[in-house]
Amino acid sequence: MSTLVIAEHDNSNLKPSTLNTLAAATAVGASVHLLVAGKDCQSVADACAAVEGVEKVLLADDDAYENQLAESVATLIQSVASNYTHILAPATTFGKNVLPRLSALIDVQQISEITEVLSADTFKRPIYAGSCIATVKSNDAIKVITVRATAFDPVSAAGGSGAIEALGSAGASSLSSFVGEEIAKSDRPELTAASIVISGGRGMQSGDNFHLIETIADKLGAAVGASRAAVDAGFVPNDYQVGQTGKIVAPDLYIAVGISGAIQHLAGMKDSKVIVAINKDEDAPIFQVADYGLVADLFVALPELAEAL
Amino acid sequence: MKIVVPIKRVVDYNVKVRPLSDQSDVDLNNVKMAMNPFCEIAIEEAVRLKEAGTATEVIAVTVGTSASQEQLRTALALGADRAVLIETDVLLEPLAIAKALAKVIEKEAPKLVILGKQAIDGDNNQTGQMLAALLGYGQATFASELSIDGDTASVTREIDGGLQTIKVNLPAIVTTDLRLNEPRYASLPNIMKAKKKEMDIQPVDGLGIDVAPRLELLSVEPPATRQAGIKVDSVEELVGKLKNEAKVIS
Repeated sequence: MSTLVIAEHDNSNLKPSTLNTLAAATAVGASVHLLVAGKDCQSVADACAAVEGVEKVLLADDDAYENQLAESVATLIQSVASNYTHILAPATTFGKNVLPRLSALIDVQQISEITEVLSADTFKRPIYAGSCIATVKSNDAIKVITVRATAFDPVSAAGGSGAIEALGSAGASSLSSFVGEEIAKSDRPELTAASIVISGGRGMQSGDNFHLIETIADKLGAAVGASRAAVDAGFVPNDYQVGQTGKIVAPDLYIAVGISGAIQHLAGMKDSKVIVAINKDEDAPIFQVADYGLVADLFVALPELAEAL
Repeated sequence: MKIVVPIKRVVDYNVKVRPLSDQSDVDLNNVKMAMNPFCEIAIEEAVRLKEAGTATEVIAVTVGTSASQEQLRTALALGADRAVLIETDVLLEPLAIAKALAKVIEKEAPKLVILGKQAIDGDNNQTGQMLAALLGYGQATFASELSIDGDTASVTREIDGGLQTIKVNLPAIVTTDLRLNEPRYASLPNIMKAKKKEMDIQPVDGLGIDVAPRLELLSVEPPATRQAGIKVDSVEELVGKLKNEAKVIS
């Protein structure tokens, strides 16, 4: 038995979601290899080799993988797939894009977004926006799995001494090509990696009012999120969205402001350690999951909170 | 240009789904069913391409039980020209669905296939990518913007942290994210017209593909519940609790 984890990176840094995915790989119990596909990404391979528990790093450094498009990366993974019993990737937009393609190429039914490893072939995963948790057993020879990062504590990024092995390119696909990217630049922590998240909902009434939330976020070193209602209303961009169709977060502290608490939103944050809800409607469902609820007008409470911190 | 839009019949997004009492599966008795919301966005995008003169025909396809005809009629009412039902007795896994869709697409030979990025029942987010692999097509997942330019599609994708733009050669698979468009409602005259549109029903057995399940569902349980906590009376009390009781801020 051995497990291949697909590293998520930007050609210079390893993304933290890879460390959570490695925790799931460790729970499977087999020896763990990491695949780094990119261009000029030796520094990522070096970082991978240093990660706790990684036995080997496969490095495919080639023009074909510069932007990690699904067609090229899936074909590369396919070229080594038969050496492994498990192939795992984080359930981020990267993993969700690439892994099902690989899965079909090797005729495997993927298991998406696992939250628990029960044995080498049996896993738990949420369905229906987290309203139910399914336990599924895979009868495929190779298990192809995406991992919900927030459900696993990351392994240590240090202490390992894996060997780095060069992997030949499987060739560039001409089916698609990269044009450009707009990555939101922010001094705040990334939503999925932040230990504190403060999110605004429809109750914020406008995008301009989000500055009330941002002030508090900056005092707490928190990331800023939003409900789907706030995104749909155009207050903030979609990459702020926390929920079933947005990002899944599980910080130490989650502060929901002006968010009613639709199932859709709860699916994205209910595993947070401490939840605070600020809402003027005392019957809002968000209070049913909040550890601390404050029934108040957010336009009064937020400035007070900013002052008190 | 022909566009195929695979859709799925799922539990309506407003329904709170619970496990059966014996925890063998989810309880779908007497629950309201609807077209998967991401599939509505896919139909809308295809119909808009037709209205803009880019597409000539929109074909809605589903792989499901006989009851899925209802959602295909909805697709026809929203502007699809005809529909294909690949009929099954049981719900299939995404890989089997992708294999069945691949057969339909090989026969229809569309220039573009638009699907929802995920169905809100299994939340798998797999079928489009699998279909692309089986057909050897390029894929543009989680699209928030789509434009067709000759033999390529330019697609802006919602990725973690921002947006990515790629070009894919046609034929290609595009999967829809929420912001791609706002789907219309079907008008009464269009609902009436949809009843007369062509619907081709074929059994999945006739496609010559292996649809046997690869996964066993061992149990379905409710998620761990959170106890509602306490209400605080003031911001001051809240900050005190967070500092001294929860110890999550300093």
